[in-house]
Amino acid sequence: METSLETGSGRRTGNGPAIGTALGTEVRPRPEVTRSYQQMADEDRGTGGESLADFLGYFSIGLGLAELVAPTLMSRLIGVKHPDDRNRSTMRLMGLREISNGVAILSNQQPAKAVWSRVAGDALDLALLGRTLANPDNDRGRTLFATANVLAVTALDVMAARQLSAQPETVANEQMDKGIIRTKRSITVRKPVEEVYAFWRNFENLPRFMRHLESVSVMDERRSHWVARAPAGKTVEWDAEIVDERENEMISWRSLPGAGVYNAGEVRFNPAPGNRGTEVRVTLEYDPPFGKLGSKVAMLFREEPGQQVQDDLRHFKQVMETGEIVLSDATKRRGMHPAKPDDKPVEL
Amino acid sequence: MKATCWMGPGKMSVEEVPDPQILNQRDCIVKVSSTAICGSDLHLYNGFLPMMEPGDIMGHEFMGEVVEVGREVTKVKKGDRVVVPFPIACGACGACEAKAYSLCENSNPNAWLAEKLLGHSAAGIFGYSHLTGGFAGGQAEYVRVPFADVGPFKVPQELTDEQVLFLSDILPTGYMGAEMCGIRPGDTVAVWGCGPVGQFAITSAYLLGAEKVIAIDRFPYRLQMARERAGAVTINYAEVDSVPDVLKDLTAGRGPDHCIDAVGVEGHTHGVQYVHDRAKQMMRMQTDRPIALREAINACRNGGTVSVIGVYSGLIDKFPMNTVMNRSLTIKTGQCHVHRYMQPLLDRIQKGEIDPTFIITHRMPLEEAPRGYRIFNDKLENCEKIVLKAA
Repeated sequence: METSLETGSGRRTGNGPAIGTALGTEVRPRPEVTRSYQQMADEDRGTGGESLADFLGYFSIGLGLAELVAPTLMSRLIGVKHPDDRNRSTMRLMGLREISNGVAILSNQQPAKAVWSRVAGDALDLALLGRTLANPDNDRGRTLFATANVLAVTALDVMAARQLSAQPETVANEQMDKGIIRTKRSITVRKPVEEVYAFWRNFENLPRFMRHLESVSVMDERRSHWVARAPAGKTVEWDAEIVDERENEMISWRSLPGAGVYNAGEVRFNPAPGNRGTEVRVTLEYDPPFGKLGSKVAMLFREEPGQQVQDDLRHFKQVMETGEIVLSDATKRRGMHPAKPDDKPVEL
Repeated sequence: MKATCWMGPGKMSVEEVPDPQILNQRDCIVKVSSTAICGSDLHLYNGFLPMMEPGDIMGHEFMGEVVEVGREVTKVKKGDRVVVPFPIACGACGACEAKAYSLCENSNPNAWLAEKLLGHSAAGIFGYSHLTGGFAGGQAEYVRVPFADVGPFKVPQELTDEQVLFLSDILPTGYMGAEMCGIRPGDTVAVWGCGPVGQFAITSAYLLGAEKVIAIDRFPYRLQMARERAGAVTINYAEVDSVPDVLKDLTAGRGPDHCIDAVGVEGHTHGVQYVHDRAKQMMRMQTDRPIALREAINACRNGGTVSVIGVYSGLIDKFPMNTVMNRSLTIKTGQCHVHRYMQPLLDRIQKGEIDPTFIITHRMPLEEAPRGYRIFNDKLENCEKIVLKAA
């Protein structure tokens, strides 16, 4: 599989007119300063509407499960006074529709189609509610209340679908639709670029701040062997190679064919302005076992890749600036437990 | 060892727990001699701050003797008598380099949680919820102190515990509240809240050159202390119709040049506004009651400073932004950067410029901490400040 880190470099602001021409030539910002940051900002384009779509996805699954598991109760809720078998099976069918809709939304990075199909589902719901309303035996008040709710959700669905449909195709979402998770995080480390680069370039240092890594052994100039912790005390191993490196600027690597899980990473080092140290930016991408949906489930258990990269970077900063990862009684091992000393070992 | 543990809102208990250990090589262990209950501990006691776990050890104002040091510790050694600042600071990050110690970028192991709630994380704090790192606090016989070469501050033997204990938090906090005002000769400063921090804000405002300080509270014994010990002009807000009107009288219509909010999340007032805020808080429509803050903003003179050292924990409602913007007010705030102030304030104590012991009304053994929390919270026995003796 080809890494998208290379395709990303093609999308940058063109060499248009000079930047900041509203300003006199003396105070004009330097293009070499602003251009790379504009490029970073542009790479994040294309993700608008993601959180609203996710919310609708979870909502779909929740509502669908309720309809599937408790069709009688749900029928009564929308005003059917004496639900019969036909009501119940319609309700279950609608539940299945909701669930499949939700899964489709959560599985795609740009789920415009899936959200539009929610809008179609809303129309179907409204038609069914119209029929319920026409039956004089039913509770009109409840049906009208349910209708008002569906109309409100329909408005949200239309809003989300329109926003998603208007998104440009960018590196931020093009790989995602192929099931590749790509995550970017950054941190500022108060040390000179040379020192920060040298520490990272020795891959055997990585397990000192990457919680999920057990060890990395360097095999030669380009290749290394990685061992990571997996759930239930297991480990996964793979070989990786350096794809590109420029001293004190960047390192990129990717797993070699044969790795269980395809993964690739890039780290860039820039001197932070005004002697603030080094800006460290990491991009990681991998092909997760169950696609985007799998990573959404993992996210519920704080295993979301972006969060993990952020934690690793924070630990990297701590190691560089203070010498080790900072611990407290409540965080020396995972899971909630009180802030008081105990005799259990440190386990990050 | 014995330690004061939070067991749920309104429930404190002194429990037997394992002794602390060195977790990082820059730690030290301090055998606590004296510790105190802080007004901000009451926000935890009353359940207004999130992310507490039953069993959490309380306390962020403490001092004692260093009994163990990690391998990387060079400046403090066994036997040193130290006061420990409440914010934990690494001394190496950008914030520490700028002496903004309460914003240390490395000391909160739960920074990811804080980032979700606050946008960015601030420093770790002893005994002050998991949001500030889940560090066991100092209302105990022993406490583990990270970054032993940065925080713990050696104090001279000739000074008593009670003379230096408050360097850990409330004296620097009150001082920073006054310092943030940028007081100039002739200035009038108004201080909301005559708890321990309020008393130190009053005395600090005088140390920094204020002409007069006006203190606002509702408890006669606290107002008396502010008047007789700290030298403030006092207003009992329960006895007047409008505090801003009285402040206008006292400043001939100008308003105080600087207003200090030393109240925070659990403000009180009389009348409709209090009922409204209390109800919203109970319904979780807002988490904090910004009563003192609103009044301080309203009362402050045009172009004046509002300095906020009372603790806020979440969201507030009805914030008078039009007043702040149209009347050019400056709001300054922050958890105290304690490390910055310890040496200069110790110097002032040694020179006799300030005697911090005047606020102490109660002394009791650590075992009685739960009773201490109750009387401090309920303002019983004219309680102003409790010092717990751990050894």
